[in-house]
Amino acid sequence: MEKGGGSRINQIWGNLVTFLRRCIFCVLSVGSIPNHIAFIMDGNRRYGKKRDLMEGIGHRVGFLALMSMLKYCYELGVRYVTIYAFSIDNFKRHPEEVQSLMDLMQEKIEGLIKEESIVNRYGVRVHFLGNLELLSEPVRLAAERAMMATAKNSKAVLSICVAYTSTNEIVHAVQKSCEEKWEEISILNTSGSGYGLIQLGWNERDGRENLIKLIDVEKHMYMAVAPDSDILIRTSGVTRLSNFLLWQSAYCSLYSPSVLWPEIGFRHFLWAILNFQRNHFYLEKKRKQL
Amino acid sequence: MLSLPLPIPTKNTLIPGKPKHSCSRRTRTQTHPFFPLHSPKPLKPLEPTTVVKVALREHVQEEEEERRDRSAPAGVSAEGEPLPAELQDDLMPKHVAVIMDGNGRWASQKSLPASAGHEAGSRSLRELVELSCHWGIRVLTVFAFSYDNWIRPKVEVDFLMTLFEREIKSQLDNFLREGIRISVIGDSSKLPKSLQKLISDAEETTKANSRLQLIVAVSYSGKYDIIQACRSIASKVKDGALELEDISESLIEQELETNCTEFPYPDLLIRTSGEQRVSNFLLWQLAYTEFFFVRELWPDFGKAEFVEALISYQQRQRRYGARL
Repeated sequence: MEKGGGSRINQIWGNLVTFLRRCIFCVLSVGSIPNHIAFIMDGNRRYGKKRDLMEGIGHRVGFLALMSMLKYCYELGVRYVTIYAFSIDNFKRHPEEVQSLMDLMQEKIEGLIKEESIVNRYGVRVHFLGNLELLSEPVRLAAERAMMATAKNSKAVLSICVAYTSTNEIVHAVQKSCEEKWEEISILNTSGSGYGLIQLGWNERDGRENLIKLIDVEKHMYMAVAPDSDILIRTSGVTRLSNFLLWQSAYCSLYSPSVLWPEIGFRHFLWAILNFQRNHFYLEKKRKQL
Repeated sequence: MLSLPLPIPTKNTLIPGKPKHSCSRRTRTQTHPFFPLHSPKPLKPLEPTTVVKVALREHVQEEEEERRDRSAPAGVSAEGEPLPAELQDDLMPKHVAVIMDGNGRWASQKSLPASAGHEAGSRSLRELVELSCHWGIRVLTVFAFSYDNWIRPKVEVDFLMTLFEREIKSQLDNFLREGIRISVIGDSSKLPKSLQKLISDAEETTKANSRLQLIVAVSYSGKYDIIQACRSIASKVKDGALELEDISESLIEQELETNCTEFPYPDLLIRTSGEQRVSNFLLWQLAYTEFFFVRELWPDFGKAEFVEALISYQQRQRRYGARL
């Protein structure tokens, strides 16, 4: 009986907390809401050491923190969320650690596809971005299944960067843009007997200028599925980008609380949003002045 | 030539004794009780450092046009600034990048025109160049004017162009004497012709210097830098000099405008005025750079703030994705 009573109290408390949170989000919505938030989830291993946990448990706790953050983002109405799950540089780590991270990822990706998962609850479409060829086959297949399963969702977007670095993304985009241009030229050439370049607007003097434009490269980026990020949050007090979203964070607000990723909570999220609103207000004011 | 009458005497009377306090009276709507990047440190006893700073600046002002005779106040050696005891020589960054933000806000706090802010800012820059030179930093990149800044009022833009010309002319002798090599990156086609010529002459004259390389980003955009590198690669592929498969990160690195230096990747990026963003500065090159955000406005950034940034840098563990 007592146990039943205890869990009832917990339920009431949980509902109250959710209600209060929704009230706060209503108030926040009076100001501008960021369209795209990016997270670098740093500090899992340090958390595990701090709490004397076994290897790998820190990352599992970190996953729970991620679920909370996603919940806050989607409740607030943030449409795009991007997370840095695994960098190409992380392959340099100890093979056992890499393997346990891959196993954890596969497990969690499969969890995402389930009916009751957060992505289906909030209508989130999931993308896995990066050089997926570098992943092991089971993880890559799980990722592709998850992408297909959520392809119809349209309320929000979750971009999970695995086997990703920004420099690799840019190189890939350049290669694809060049490939596309040469295909265009060769198609025009075969149909127009050598006038392909001229039809493309090639002019010896400013030929280079017309050859590749910013939009050509941008549309071939892995991150073309989302607009540029508005806020980039990196936990554990480290202030560097570590080759994440270098292109997309050109004008983005950087926030780096000293809390470790598994310990991140609602108050950090709230602070990031308030900060964003303050900066946004100031920048809009400057823009209007000009 | 545009010469704006400044309502203040050229002697440095406008630098306050306590730059840190002026920040808390900013006209911004909110101040940060929680500034995430530094844990709020108790303010160091500023008086002695500030006295040296003010004395140094006044001194710089007086001796600006002639050869400097550094019979300076105590703490500044005749040969050059010694490295402070808190810093370790072997952990000094090779390449420091700075976003010099806050000149406009500094001027409006003092009810001065923006031009006064930029003048004060150029004095800060001179001090930083001197310190970097003496402390063994090899490359200093400064964000003087962004490609996005062209939309600012014409009066301000013209003043800045004039200021750049004046500074390069007046500092050229100093660069030659101190072994400083100047390079300018950015889309120089929009700059006045006289400035373009001055820049290429200055680059040519100082190209043999090797103690410190000062890279000034004028009319620069990080995205544009990457795109121009891509175009150059694309045209090489078109000419058959390269295959598509050869396109790699190091190839792009070689084509970026920072290929003028041996150390294109900054180890430390400092941005003043409390803004925490990169604002389209070196995007590719900042992949693993440590950021340090300073609340002070650029004209108030001096030796003390620079030392604080370097101390923070030296305490950081750089892992590059691996584990230590």
